Amino acid sequence: MQATSTMDYDGPPDYRTVGRHALLPNTTHDQAERYNFLAHLNRHLAAQVLPGIAVAYRSEIEPSFRQRHGRAPADRHEVRRALEGHAFYRIWSALRRNAMEMRQQSGLSVVLGQLRELIDRSAGLADQRRLRLDPTLSPPRYLTAVDHHCMPGSYYTERLDQDVSAAANYDSGLFVTTGGLLGRLADGGGRGMVAFLKKLRPDFAPRRILDLGCGLGHNVLPIAAAYPDAQVTAVDVAAPMLRYGAARAASLGVDNVTFVQADAADLSAFEDGCFDWVGSIMFLHETSLAALKRIMAESRRLIAPGGLVTHVEQPRYDASMPLLEQALRDWDAFNNNEPFWTKLHEIDLDQLMVEAGFDRSRLIHEGVHAIADGEGFRDAATEKVEDYGRKPAWRITGAEVPAQGYDAP
Amino acid sequence: MSEDDKQAPLDVVRLAGAKARGKRPYFLEDPDVERVLSIAMAIAGELAVLRQRLDTIEELLETRGALTREEIETFVPSPAHAEARGRWHQEYLARILRILQQQAEAQERNDEPTSSEAGAWMLRE
Ligand SMILES: C[S@@+](CC[C@H](N)C(=O)[O-])C[C@H]1O[C@@H](n2cnc3c(N)ncnc32)[C@H](O)[C@@H]1O
Repeated sequence: MQATSTMDYDGPPDYRTVGRHALLPNTTHDQAERYNFLAHLNRHLAAQVLPGIAVAYRSEIEPSFRQRHGRAPADRHEVRRALEGHAFYRIWSALRRNAMEMRQQSGLSVVLGQLRELIDRSAGLADQRRLRLDPTLSPPRYLTAVDHHCMPGSYYTERLDQDVSAAANYDSGLFVTTGGLLGRLADGGGRGMVAFLKKLRPDFAPRRILDLGCGLGHNVLPIAAAYPDAQVTAVDVAAPMLRYGAARAASLGVDNVTFVQADAADLSAFEDGCFDWVGSIMFLHETSLAALKRIMAESRRLIAPGGLVTHVEQPRYDASMPLLEQALRDWDAFNNNEPFWTKLHEIDLDQLMVEAGFDRSRLIHEGVHAIADGEGFRDAATEKVEDYGRKPAWRITGAEVPAQGYDAP
Repeated sequence: MSEDDKQAPLDVVRLAGAKARGKRPYFLEDPDVERVLSIAMAIAGELAVLRQRLDTIEELLETRGALTREEIETFVPSPAHAEARGRWHQEYLARILRILQQQAEAQERNDEPTSSEAGAWMLRE
């Protein structure tokens, strides 16, 4: 195919290079090309269009705000409302929203056309000892209020018996949003966490690991593989995610993860102090303030002496982050059905952890970025394009818990 | 969804295009214009798909002299070819969304005259 540019290629890899496993929905030629188009569209909007918003902000939006109010914007909400008055921000937003809707339509049409086969494959593959569903559990209200990131039916909808469609759609199209920056199996976050942990505690040999809000288990599998002697429990409220996750894990040869349907805010089925590592990856922002407090309390209750708790999210909106960046990072909260996103990135997680019983002097803060596995896939560390709130470069907030006897009161 | 519904064939086209729960924000001053923009981007997407399909067919014909539909569906470009297709996508989007590039550039050069302003100077100089 003829192209005229002589610049180094820095775009997304071809969709067909994503990692295969037995559950990944098949794509026809044109379905794969729809994903390619959308990955390029997202990247174009971030790399080519978004910088124009910063220019508009400096040259027009901020000065005219000052003129009208006699002062600079005081917080990210004022910046957001000022941005919404500018045509360039509006068309970028319209295109970004549209790209997400197109991604959902593309993914669902891939998945629903082969859903019965996918259900059969998942039922055949999942090791039933590794899948514990609880049909009495209903999704929390904060999940049913709106469909997160414009995903029709959210994580929990059962379109057919033994459904896996929500997870299959999530897995199939995840490539589109990050253009391959999560690696061939979209597990770059989990790989990043393993690298972090091996550095923090080279001799750590956890016996039991708990992953909260595991989704279909993208990120918990590299963790399970890095600690093959550990028993890993991955909990989620949504059965379709868990069914698919258990089958996907089996297909990828990871056999030390048990997928359990449970509410991370109420894990009373598990005894106090029974996990050496309790973690979550990109989960807390899809809960609520009340749930978050309970999740913190449950993590404290479940962690064993000498253990470690880690939560991975996008960076907090603190005073060092420019208001424009905060407002752009907040886009998904208002425009992509991520209702708790804005609050989660504002609140002081340290304070919540301390209130839940963690020792302030033992809190952990560290940056972590996706480590992208696979040829042609680039690490987020080398990515210069900032797609606010979506670039896989995160912040760990965590705590170490003293070993028994050691500096106990 | 009732138990009966779960046995019936899925209406894939309708379900795939379903609206996500939660009121949709509109960004442009006129929502009608935004809906037309949505349609235009969907067509841009389909045109890109078609252009890639054509490239696949060209590649198969050039390297094998003949092709089957199956070969199109299972075609995987070589790394170098995938990169060329990726570059094509980048340039394609730069063409489709050219007006945004120019709008951004205009913001940085807002001291430029209109043509009639320039014309007026020319009469004076
Ligand atoms: C963004 S996804 C998580 C992604 C996953 N951790 C990963 O790294 O790939 C959020 C998940 O949290 C789940 N979830 C939401 N509230 C929950 C709760 N209270 N307890 C357990 N899971 C929950 C959702 O069903 C969804 O699968």
